[in-house]
Amino acid sequence: MADATAPFHHQHQGARNKRLALVLAMVVAGMVGLAFASVPLYQLFCQVTGFGGTTQVASDNPKGVIAREMKVRFDVNVDQALDWTVTPAASITDQIGRVDTVNYIATNNSDKPVTGQAIFNVVPEKAGYYFNKIECFCFTEQTLQPGETVEMPIVFFVDPDIDDNRELNTIKEITLSYTFYASDSEGS
Amino acid sequence: MANTANLEAHATGHDHASHDHHTPTGWRRWVYSTNHKDIGIMYLVFSIIAGVIGGLLSGAMRLELQEPGIQIFHGLAAMAYGLEGDSAIDAGKHMFNVFVSAHALIMVFFTVMPATMGGFANYFAPLMVGAPDTAFPRINNVAFWLLPPALILTVLSMFFEGPAGALGFGGGWTAYPPLSTTGHPGPATDFVIFSLHVAGVSSILGAINLITTILNMRAPGMTLHKMPLFAWSVLVTAFLLLLALPVLAGAITMMLTDRNFGTTFFNPEGGGDPVLYQHLFWFFGHPEVYIMILPGFGIVSHIVSTFSRKPIFGYMAMAYAMVAIGFVGFVVWAHHMYTTGLSLDVQRYFVAATMVIAVPTGVKIFSWIATMWGGSITFRTPMLWAIGFIFLFTVGGVTGVVLANAGADRALHDTYYVVAHFHYVLSLGAVFSIFAGWYYWYPKMFGYMYNEFLGKLHFWVMFAGVNLIFFPQHFLGLAGMPRRYIDYPDAFALWNRVSSIGYYVTFVAMIIFFYATWEASRKKRPAGDNPWGDGATTLEWTLSSPPPFHQFSTLPKIDSKDAH
Repeated sequence: MADATAPFHHQHQGARNKRLALVLAMVVAGMVGLAFASVPLYQLFCQVTGFGGTTQVASDNPKGVIAREMKVRFDVNVDQALDWTVTPAASITDQIGRVDTVNYIATNNSDKPVTGQAIFNVVPEKAGYYFNKIECFCFTEQTLQPGETVEMPIVFFVDPDIDDNRELNTIKEITLSYTFYASDSEGS
Repeated sequence: MANTANLEAHATGHDHASHDHHTPTGWRRWVYSTNHKDIGIMYLVFSIIAGVIGGLLSGAMRLELQEPGIQIFHGLAAMAYGLEGDSAIDAGKHMFNVFVSAHALIMVFFTVMPATMGGFANYFAPLMVGAPDTAFPRINNVAFWLLPPALILTVLSMFFEGPAGALGFGGGWTAYPPLSTTGHPGPATDFVIFSLHVAGVSSILGAINLITTILNMRAPGMTLHKMPLFAWSVLVTAFLLLLALPVLAGAITMMLTDRNFGTTFFNPEGGGDPVLYQHLFWFFGHPEVYIMILPGFGIVSHIVSTFSRKPIFGYMAMAYAMVAIGFVGFVVWAHHMYTTGLSLDVQRYFVAATMVIAVPTGVKIFSWIATMWGGSITFRTPMLWAIGFIFLFTVGGVTGVVLANAGADRALHDTYYVVAHFHYVLSLGAVFSIFAGWYYWYPKMFGYMYNEFLGKLHFWVMFAGVNLIFFPQHFLGLAGMPRRYIDYPDAFALWNRVSSIGYYVTFVAMIIFFYATWEASRKKRPAGDNPWGDGATTLEWTLSSPPPFHQFSTLPKIDSKDAH
């Protein structure tokens, strides 16, 4: 019994040690691989679950309107590298499920055409799963001519299923926040 | 001891011993060393050097925090940058954060880990399982010699540009982006990243070596279930290193490419997410805290058993409690992230899973107490340190259960309560276990007895000092004082002053430690093979003190009736 777990055959010892070390090295390589695999997995996870305030995309609202009202606030940040002024839309209070349209207003302050891209999230982060955008300037890059001012529309609705989520049944307002970046410095 | 022909045939140990019968001398003995005991000693010396650097950095922090206002760091900044007035104060604020970050990195990676998994594990795990050396002595050498360059990289980072116009990396040991990416454009952060890469490779090589030694090279009859608990703790810790460190390496590699090569893993501008870094970091970071404490569990088990003259109570439960702590340690990482917007259900899971760890930890605490119960206890110096460890670790464990609650953590996150908690389990827990091991094995490693009075004096002064430092920090945290700030309102002045006084007391304790070590090396009181008597049953006590350069030329045979 004892020798089954602790044999000491000298001529085989070196080979057995090397084999085990190789297995352990493969475990290390596998964990490095898992660390990098976590990047796409995490993104997928966020998109599916709305984790971290990731919002949803829809074409229309098939679920109707309910009586509960929700205030939606709009926020904007502009990266230092992007010489734009962006004014967010005024907050809006409406019944949950109602499709609403609001406009952000962006001005290119520089003297050359600039392309920007907006990224977004919502707070409370759990509400991201229920925040549906039908149309949004954030879906594509926006190019503004020198001095140009444009209205940037968002068409959205809040999924009535939010009423069934007991973590969110005390929520009275959702904040949608955009951050604008200059598109040329983007990695992808 | 069996002495059969079969065993004699294997007596030369392994490949390495056969061509290395002469004992190298001078600097070659150390620099070229493939001897697990010499490498273990080098790790311990390295750990002491790094500990002095890390301890002096924390001394600067305690000096600064002794009174409200900014006392010394604007002066340090004036010396380092040649700045004056407000710009010196601003630079001083950053420098404080640099000291915090360097203190943490040095204590975690270059003091505690080299002492436990480098020093004691290398020296005693092969002895305890009856192996002639580790499985890969040359890899052992490489693993050690990777550490000094890693430490130098961390220290160097303090002298290179971090944020624009300021020196050093000030993002804490956690190094969250975006502070560590866009917030620190200079090369200081890259030095830290490379340092962690190199230290990580060192630890992974060491872990592979120790696992192979323990799994493949145990003496005949030394089954896993008869293996001493310290060897068990090293085995579990090595597996934690193997699984956790590559994830850190991956995360900081992503950060490196984010910083230098335009990738956007953690940069929302390109679709990345900074919170992903926190998940990856803490998937490493939480097992890391068990990496630091588990070998201490092993050391303390031996000491409590030795000085109670009883076999350890509940050996199997003790071994598998460590395995359980290792497993559960991998699935609780997000309790460091309660404030990042986790959903309630996720928080519920992490609260419950975190509290589950208190169960195997409690098994260990109670088993130590049960070992002492009814034992013939002698309060020699190592026993004092071991009991001190049990007390301090329990205090840190209790505050850990408090912090496990997401609701309480919402208020206590990033306050001094957290600082007090993790210093009680690490700075006090792990470090006390290291000193316990130091005094317990000092006669074995060096062949001489330390001075009992000086050892006990070291313990009592240090016990008073560290409690003075960290117990008041509970009050500061509960009162809302945030961590990692150079300054605080007057309301926090009293307990900060007490905490700083505690640092000076601890400083005196460290002087006693160095004096005791010097005194022991000078007086040369021979220790004998086993100075601790019948209670010390593990294999290292069957050898001479210090053990021969190559031990177990006849492999020991472990009888089925042998105690653990």
